[in-house]
Amino acid sequence: MRGTESPQQERLKEKEQGLAQEEAVDESDLEGETVHLKVFRYDPEVEGKQEPRFDDFYVPFEKGMTVLDAVMYARDEFDSSLTFRHSCRQAVCGSDAFFVNGKQQLGCKTQISELKQPVRIEPLPHQEVVKDLVVDMDHFYDQMHAVEPYFQQEELPDGDLEEQRQSRENREKVKMSTRCIWCAACMSSCNIAAGDNEYLGPAAINKAYRFAMDEREDDEIKEHRLRIVEQEHGVWRCQTQFSCTDVCPKDIPLTEHIQELKREAVKKNLKFW
Amino acid sequence: MYEHDVIVVGAGGAGLRAAIAAHEAGADTAIVSKLHPVRSHTGAAEGGINAALREGDDWELHAYDTMKGSDYLADAPAAETLAQDAPEETIQLEHWGMPFSREEDGRVSQRPFGGLSFPRTTYAGAETGHHLLHVMYEQVVKRGIQVYDEWYVMNLATDDAADPNDRECHGVVAYDVQSGNVEGFKANGGVILATGGPGQAFDHTTNAVSCTGDGHAMAYRAGAPLEDMEFIQFHPTSLPSTGVLISEGVRGEGGILYNAKGERFMFEYGYANNSGELASRDVVARAELTEVNEGRGVNDEYVHLDMRHLGEERILDRLENILHLAEDFEGVDGLVEPMPVKPGQHYAMGGIDVDENGQTCINGLYAAGESACVSVHGGNRLGGNALPELIVFGKRAGRHAAGDDLGTAEIKTGYGDDVEDETETELPVQPGSAGLDTPGGVAADGGVTAEADGLLERAVEAERARVDHLMEKDDGVQHAQIRAKLQKAMTDYVNVFRTDEGIRKALRVIRECREEYQDVYVDDPSRTFNTDLQQTYETRNLIDVAETIALGALVRNEFRGAHWRQENQERDDENWLKHTLISWEDGDPNIFYRPVILEGEKTYEPKVRSY
Repeated sequence: MRGTESPQQERLKEKEQGLAQEEAVDESDLEGETVHLKVFRYDPEVEGKQEPRFDDFYVPFEKGMTVLDAVMYARDEFDSSLTFRHSCRQAVCGSDAFFVNGKQQLGCKTQISELKQPVRIEPLPHQEVVKDLVVDMDHFYDQMHAVEPYFQQEELPDGDLEEQRQSRENREKVKMSTRCIWCAACMSSCNIAAGDNEYLGPAAINKAYRFAMDEREDDEIKEHRLRIVEQEHGVWRCQTQFSCTDVCPKDIPLTEHIQELKREAVKKNLKFW
Repeated sequence: MYEHDVIVVGAGGAGLRAAIAAHEAGADTAIVSKLHPVRSHTGAAEGGINAALREGDDWELHAYDTMKGSDYLADAPAAETLAQDAPEETIQLEHWGMPFSREEDGRVSQRPFGGLSFPRTTYAGAETGHHLLHVMYEQVVKRGIQVYDEWYVMNLATDDAADPNDRECHGVVAYDVQSGNVEGFKANGGVILATGGPGQAFDHTTNAVSCTGDGHAMAYRAGAPLEDMEFIQFHPTSLPSTGVLISEGVRGEGGILYNAKGERFMFEYGYANNSGELASRDVVARAELTEVNEGRGVNDEYVHLDMRHLGEERILDRLENILHLAEDFEGVDGLVEPMPVKPGQHYAMGGIDVDENGQTCINGLYAAGESACVSVHGGNRLGGNALPELIVFGKRAGRHAAGDDLGTAEIKTGYGDDVEDETETELPVQPGSAGLDTPGGVAADGGVTAEADGLLERAVEAERARVDHLMEKDDGVQHAQIRAKLQKAMTDYVNVFRTDEGIRKALRVIRECREEYQDVYVDDPSRTFNTDLQQTYETRNLIDVAETIALGALVRNEFRGAHWRQENQERDDENWLKHTLISWEDGDPNIFYRPVILEGEKTYEPKVRSY
């Protein structure tokens, strides 16, 4: 991400770059080689797969190969029962967040050449596994829906063709928050969410932020939104560990957004005292 | 069995808009989609939404640009409806909170796009589709519209009256991907197919893995013709290694194309002396491949798209997403070096034959969005015209299916008095499924052979039997092999430059794929989240759809819009101002033509199309 990086993100980026250098394999070394994948397997109704296990796949490396390319190859060439969600292949549908070498990442956006081998590919932790790399997303969707994730503004400009005005600054303010692709990597990385099933979680709070900070909604609805996120399992649960910010494939400063909502909630409450 | 008034199949832009409209018109509406809505491929659209919003622009100009861009194969009432309704629908999105890019005065921004006479492409960064999709899903959540996500629709429950115009669609059969259960969905008002494009028929495509033409194939086999399928748009700027799309917005903002010699070839070689990089997409795609074929390509494969001169600030403001895509999927930093690009399959102008109310010739069966052909785009779609089509015609289909009166359609559908049969072209192989054995009914099926009463139950039983057959079979061919072979043939032979010989080769390969599919089996024995089974179904759809693309390409012996033929490199208005329609008559494809409508509120005289 460029342009709007916070100090936290810059630090994270430096950290990541350091790690990447440690782990990175020179791509030219991989030409003509095979990539060793260790892929988590589980199927509740198939004998031999009811106990979770790891399968090894050896996939021929190609320049630019991503984790998604590698598991697709393994499925199409070796084992058609290897199951994972995927669709757009370009980091916008948010289907293929996996736990790759111990970190939540989108399969389509993660280059094999940047990973240590064998590449361990697992389903997102802290979510129920349906089969292989597919997790149950219902809880994640429930939390997203719990913050009333839709624009609420009753008063609109007169005339069908008249838009609401929004300043460039305000659009810039909410821009990063609108990039969320609902991949659930953040939720999976969050220790708090792991321990508190009712915690709204970073993605849903970010969604609330997206609307609460949008100047097109009026003050009344903003207050309503703050009440939703400052409930017992809302923003105050966040302990600023930055794990969500660390894994977000769209570089959304999630932790910052959560902190900002805390501040807004405090400001709002002070008004009443 | 589930029951609703209106069943919308697919949850991209068109499906969500249709569902909202049907719901607002008072219908009990449900969405059935193989993906959760926010995963739909509308989210990958980058550039923007064409709408005449500003002073100096009006719907007539938008309609004129659309007709010219279509190479005079769009139907005027469709293009005019699009242009007239797009402004209101675009502002509706803003009223629903869509985060459009903004001008200093706080109004939504617009930018120039290829083939437009006014900068009317309304955008939200270079991720307009993502925002449109999410905003619309938010509105679905707000209204509490029922969504059956990760349910794969396998077939339509349509009766088999002899004349498709007398048939009626009663619902769909779908399977719950998570549990494997096959169930019926009864639709009392109508079924709206909004299943997106068939890009997976090609192997270098900007389309998602899920774009498998499911709606096309189901409507086709049920008896609704597919229209103008030969018109496939190859986007000029996709990344060479993955097919990931680089928005036309880059050229709209001033990005320049260079060949390996560093020449600005759009001008230097006279491909488009006025518009250069902003000529229509088909023109630019052919220019790029001509450069490569004449030895001026970079690494004999692609050309360069350079935006460095726009400056970091402007790029970050308007095209930031492009930097991420180039970096993540091609390892190129667009701020310091030009980006490699080449044409990639991007969009199907053709689709299910519908009128401007979204209706097919089958009662109760509708289609909208990329899966439909109204036809707005004719021979070539203008950049920025896909998203307004989703919202304008998605809404119309939803309202009509819910019972709203939209007036009588001017566009005709199905086989009728106004059509002309194809009689001249000899085919290299028998198309369709005729002559093939059909174990478990795997290869051939038209409508369900049954009376209307109890028809849905029987349709469900037929699909359960098909699933059992595919899963009980222990060996044979796997769909992935067939799909790869099909995709390769389509990209080799039915690409930007087409020859009679090449297309015939493609038809032979498609026939082989169809024969191999007779022996297809699903290896994964599980009922839980069996994507092997789903993809096996999708591959069958791809075979049927690819065949209609190749058949259309073979019979249309002229050069129009995105369809270029070596044997006749001229547009032939005397013989070809007509749509190609292909219908599946008990497995035997029938090709016929319907005249294009060039007269609406205005008249669109075909002119030489230069940019």
